[in-house]
Amino acid sequence: MVEIAVLLKQVPDTNARITVAGDRVDENSITSWVTSPYDEFALEAAIQHKEAAGGSITAITLGPPRADKTLKDAAALGVENLVRIWQDGWESLDSIQVQAALADAVKATGADYIYCGKQAADTNQGSTGPGVAERIGAPCIVEITDFDVSGPTFTRPCASGSEMVSVAPPAVLTFSKTTTELRRPNVRGIMMAKRAVIEVVGSEVGAAQVSVVRHSSPAQKPPGKTFEGADSVPEVVGLLRDEAKVI
Amino acid sequence: MEITIIAESRGGELHPVTRQLVGAASSLGSSPTVICPGGFGADEAAGILGVSKVLSVTGDCFSSYDGGAWSEALNAAAGSGVLIGAATSKGRDICARIAARRGIPVIQDVIAISPGLNLTHPIYSGKAMQDLSVSGDCVISLRANTFPPAEDGGSAETATVQQSGDVRIAVQEAIAKASERIDVADANIIISGGRGMGDPANFTHLNAIADQIGAAVGASRAAVDTWEEIPHSMQVGQTGKTVNPSLYIAVGISGAIQHLAGMRTSKYIVAINKDPEAPIFKVADYGIVSTWEEALPILAEELGKLS
Repeated sequence: MVEIAVLLKQVPDTNARITVAGDRVDENSITSWVTSPYDEFALEAAIQHKEAAGGSITAITLGPPRADKTLKDAAALGVENLVRIWQDGWESLDSIQVQAALADAVKATGADYIYCGKQAADTNQGSTGPGVAERIGAPCIVEITDFDVSGPTFTRPCASGSEMVSVAPPAVLTFSKTTTELRRPNVRGIMMAKRAVIEVVGSEVGAAQVSVVRHSSPAQKPPGKTFEGADSVPEVVGLLRDEAKVI
Repeated sequence: MEITIIAESRGGELHPVTRQLVGAASSLGSSPTVICPGGFGADEAAGILGVSKVLSVTGDCFSSYDGGAWSEALNAAAGSGVLIGAATSKGRDICARIAARRGIPVIQDVIAISPGLNLTHPIYSGKAMQDLSVSGDCVISLRANTFPPAEDGGSAETATVQQSGDVRIAVQEAIAKASERIDVADANIIISGGRGMGDPANFTHLNAIADQIGAAVGASRAAVDTWEEIPHSMQVGQTGKTVNPSLYIAVGISGAIQHLAGMRTSKYIVAINKDPEAPIFKVADYGIVSTWEEALPILAEELGKLS
C-alpha cells in the first residue's frame, strides 16, 4: 500500500493569449483554465502507481476557488482526497511561502511519494518539487520522462542520455512529459467527482521577501524580411553569414 | 554584494554558461566566488576574469546526481549572500533546494539583473515578463546565452573543501542516447521540423543539414504528438524545451503560440513554410515562402559552400 500526494496547479490554457493590463497580466482576459500540462503526466503516473501497489491519493492545489476544477478533474480520474490551500490576499506568494504551505499539506498526508510536474506552465520556475522535498527532508528525482510502477523506478535525462533510478520513500518526483497516454474520466468517475468534497485549508506562510514590481509584454521584434520561393535560399544564407553573422 | 556562483559542468569540464554567470555577477560590481561541485572545471574557473576565489567541493556524492546530496554539500561550503546558478535542469534543482534549506527566496530563469536586487524573468513561457525586487539574500538561476560571458585573464586562488551529502537516489541502469546529436537545450543552432514535414522519415533531411553545421534538431508539439518516431526530448515550445540559440531554422512549422513561446527569444529566426500566412513569419527575421522539398536541397548546398 502506498500513500501518494499529487501537487496540481491550475494555469491558463497553454494556447491562451496572455495580455498585460496596466502593470499586471490580465487574468480576466483568460477564458480557459486547465491543469498544468506536466502535472497531468505526474497525476497519470501517480494513478498507475496506486493501481499497482494499492493505497490512496491526495491531490493538493494552492489557488483561488476556480482551482477547485483541477481537483474535481483529478477526482474524476480516481483521486480519493482533495485539498485546496488558500487564504485571501495570496495573489503573489513567493517561493518560500508556496513551498511552506505545500510542504505542510504534504506532511499532513503522510505521503510516501509526492508527484508533481517539473514546472508550472505559468511561472515556469521548477522550484516547487525540489523546494518541497528539501522542506520535508526527502530526495527528489527531477524531470522524469518514463517510469515503471513495479519498482518503482524512474527514468531521468543525464549527460550521456538517460538513466533509470530508484529511491526509498518518502520521495518527491517531478515529471516532464512522458510517453504514457493520459486517461480520460469515465462516467462513473465524473459522477464520483461531483460528490467529492474539497477540504479548504489556510496556512501560516510568513511575509513575502520578493515583491512583484510589474508585468510587461515581451518586446516585439521589428518585422523581418520575407522572400518568395526556394530561389531565395542562397540570398538568405548570405544574409545569415554577412548581416546576422550566425553561420 | 557578496555573490557565490555555482559552476555548471558537463562531462567533467566547465560548462560555457558558467562564464555567463560570472559576467552577470561582474555587471553587478561583484568579484564572485565560484564553487565547483565535485571540483569539475575548477582550473578553468580560476582563469576567468573577475573571479576572486574558486572553491572546489569534493565528496563521494558527486559521482552521481542527487540534487538533495549535492545541495547539502554545496550549501555547507557556500557563504551567505546571493547565490547564482544556471537555469539548467540540475542548476534549477540545486538553486531551489539551497534556497529552501536557507529559508530564502529562489527566482529561476532570470534574464536581466540589476543592483537592488531587481530581476526580470519570463512567465507564461515568454508570453509576458515579470520584474521582481528582492531584499536580502536569495538564490537565482540565470538563463543561458543571455548574459555576456566573462573572458579569460583571471588568476583566482583555489581551495578544496571535502564535503559530501547523503545520497538517496540510486542509479539502476544507464540508457544510451538514441542519437549522438547535440540536444536542443544546449545548441547554438537549431533546425526544427513541424507537421509540414509530412512524414517523420523526412526529418532525415533536417538531420543532414544539422550535421553539416553542428546544429541540433528540434520539433514542434504537433510533430511530436503526431509521430511517435519524434521523441518529446526534441520538442521546442511551452510544453517542451525553451531554447535560446543564435539561429533557429523552422521548417514546415506554422508557428502555434505554444511553439513561439519556446523559441521567440532566438537571436535570428529563419522560417521555411509554403503558407505565406503562417504565424511563424511574424517572428522570423528571414522568411522563405517555399515548400521544404524545394528549399532544403538548396539550403544544404549553400551551407556546404561555407565550409
